[in-house]
Amino acid sequence: MKFSGTVSVFGENVNTDEIIAARYLNTSDPAVLALHCMEDVRPGFPQSIVPGHIIVAGANFGCGSSREHAPIALKAAGISCVVAESFARIFFRNAINTGLPIVECPGISSRAAEGDRIEVDLDNGVLVLPSGARRTISPFPPFMQAIVKEGGWIPYLRAQKSFAEGA
Amino acid sequence: MSRMTLSEKILAAAARRDSVAPGDFLLVEPDLGLANDITAPIAIQEFEKTGAGSCRFPERIWLVADHFTPNKDILSAQQVKVMRDFSRRHAGVHFFEQGDVGVEHALLPELGAIVPGMVVIGADSHTCTYGALGAFATGMGSTDLAGFYLTGKAWLRVPSSIKIVFTGTLRKWVTGKDLVLALIGTISVSGALYKALEFSGPAIDSLSVEGRLSMANMAVEAGAKNGIFTADEKVASYLSSRAAGRPWAPCAPDADASYEKVVTIDAGALEPLVAAPHLPQNVRPAAETDAKVDQVVIGSCTNGRIEDLRLAAQVLKGRRVAAGVRCIVIPATPHAYRQALSEGLFDVFLDAGAVISPPTCGPCLGGHMGILAEGERCISTTNRNFVGRMGHTGSEVYLASPATAAASAVTGRITTPSEVV
Ligand code: SF4
Repeated sequence: MKFSGTVSVFGENVNTDEIIAARYLNTSDPAVLALHCMEDVRPGFPQSIVPGHIIVAGANFGCGSSREHAPIALKAAGISCVVAESFARIFFRNAINTGLPIVECPGISSRAAEGDRIEVDLDNGVLVLPSGARRTISPFPPFMQAIVKEGGWIPYLRAQKSFAEGA
Repeated sequence: MSRMTLSEKILAAAARRDSVAPGDFLLVEPDLGLANDITAPIAIQEFEKTGAGSCRFPERIWLVADHFTPNKDILSAQQVKVMRDFSRRHAGVHFFEQGDVGVEHALLPELGAIVPGMVVIGADSHTCTYGALGAFATGMGSTDLAGFYLTGKAWLRVPSSIKIVFTGTLRKWVTGKDLVLALIGTISVSGALYKALEFSGPAIDSLSVEGRLSMANMAVEAGAKNGIFTADEKVASYLSSRAAGRPWAPCAPDADASYEKVVTIDAGALEPLVAAPHLPQNVRPAAETDAKVDQVVIGSCTNGRIEDLRLAAQVLKGRRVAAGVRCIVIPATPHAYRQALSEGLFDVFLDAGAVISPPTCGPCLGGHMGILAEGERCISTTNRNFVGRMGHTGSEVYLASPATAAASAVTGRITTPSEVV
C-alpha cells in the first residue's frame, strides 16, 4: 500500500470526541459520520478533504472512547492514512480491524506542515517528507500484517476458518 | 520460575501457556464480551454480514443499552432495537434495557458477572473498570466484538506493566477518585499508553471495592490497556452475596515479577483534587481552584455507585444547592437507585434542590439529561473533560469526587467538602 497526499496537521491527544462527537453516535452510517468528522476541532474539515488526504498528528491520536465510528468516519471522509507520533491503543486496533491505514512515526509533527505533500509507502516501510528526506517506518508485527492483508479482523478470521466452529 | 505480573498471569492462563511476556500476541477466548447501544449495533452488523447463524458462546455476550436510554430520539431507539432483536434471536445473550439497565461498568460488577481471573473484553473504553475485581479487562472496538460473537476469540498483545504503589493513610474526604486523578496528573494522559497499571500499597488495601472500581475505571484516561488490583478479602466479601456459587481462585503477581517501572504516590499527603478542562491530566487541589459552576453531575460508571451517592448525601444533607446551579444526581444502577431511595438519600437530594435521573450515561458523554450551553461550566464525577464532552464546545467540565462535586453544588463554585461540612 502506497499513499501520497496533502497533509492536514493536528496536535497531541486528539480524542475520539473530536474525531466524531458523541451527538452523532446515534447512527453508524459511514456517510453521515464522515460529514461530521473533526467538526468540533476544525469545522468544515470534511469538505476540505481531497483524494489521498493524509492526517499528521502528535502523540496519543485517537484517545478516549472505544468508538469504532472514529476510524470509520475518517476513512469514509476520504482520509487515506493517519501518520502520528503515537496512537491510543483502542484506536490503533480499531484502525487495524477496520482497514484504516495508520503509521507511527516519531518526530513527524515537527517535519510536516499544513498543506505539505508527503508519501507513505507501507510495503517498503518508507515515508517521504516534504523536504524529500526519507524516513524508515517500522512495519507492523507479522500478526497485525496478516490481519491488514486479509482486509481486517473478520476477513482474517474467516480466512482462518476458525469461525466454522461457531457456525 | 515464572516471574509474571498479575496481568501476565491471567493472560498466560487464558492462552493455556506456562508464561507470557510483554509484546506477545495471543489468541484467547474471553470469558465475557460487553457492548452498549453505541457499539453493539456495529458489532451485530459486522457479525451478520458474515452470514453466520449462531454465536459461539451466546451466554458470554452482554448487551447493555445505557448510553442514550431511555431512548432520547428515534435514531437511538433504532439502535437499541438492533440489540433487542439480536438478543431475541440468540438464546443465552444477556440484554439489559429500561428497568433492568444500569451504566454497564456499574451494573456488571453489581450483578456478580465479574470474578477474579476472568478475561473480559468490551466495546467500551471503560471496560478496564473490572480490573478492580482482579479481572484482566480491556476496551476494544465493535469489530473485535463481532469476531468474538462469531468465534468466541479475540486477539491481544500482552502489555508491559507499571506498578503503582499508594502509600499512607487517606485523609478525610479523599477518595479513590482523588487517588486516580493524582496518578493521571503525575504520569499524564499518555503515561501508560498500551500498558497495564497494577495498583497496590497500604492505601489500596484500606480502600473499598467501590473506590477501587472508580480507580480502575480511569486507567484508560492514562492511556492504559487495563488497570488491575489483586483480589483480597474485601473483594471476596463483595462477591460473596453477588457471585455466590461462581468459583474463582485468588491470583497474585509473582514476588519477583518484572515491571517496566514503579511509581510511588504518597496518598496520605493528598487532598481533594479536580481535573481542569480539557484533559484529565490537568489535576490540581480543589482548594486552589476558584471557578463558578452552573451545573453539578453526580453519577456515571466512575462514581454513580451507592457509596458515591452516600458520600454526596453526607455533604448535601440539610443544605441547599446554590441558587442558579443545576444539580443532577444519576444513580448508576437500578439497585443503587432503590438502595438510595430506601436509605432516604432521595429526600436529601430533593430537599437540597437536586434532580434525580433514572440510571443512564446521559450527560457524561453529552448524550442527554443535562447538556451544557456555550460558556457554561460543570463539575462532574465522570471521567472525561474533553472539549465539548458534555455539550457545547464552548463549555467546560471539571472532574472530581462525589464529595467535592456536592460541596461545589452548595457554594456554586469549586469547593472542598471540608469547607462546607
Ligand atoms: S458513564 Fe460515561 S464513561 Fe461511563 S460508560 Fe457511560 S458514557 Fe462511558
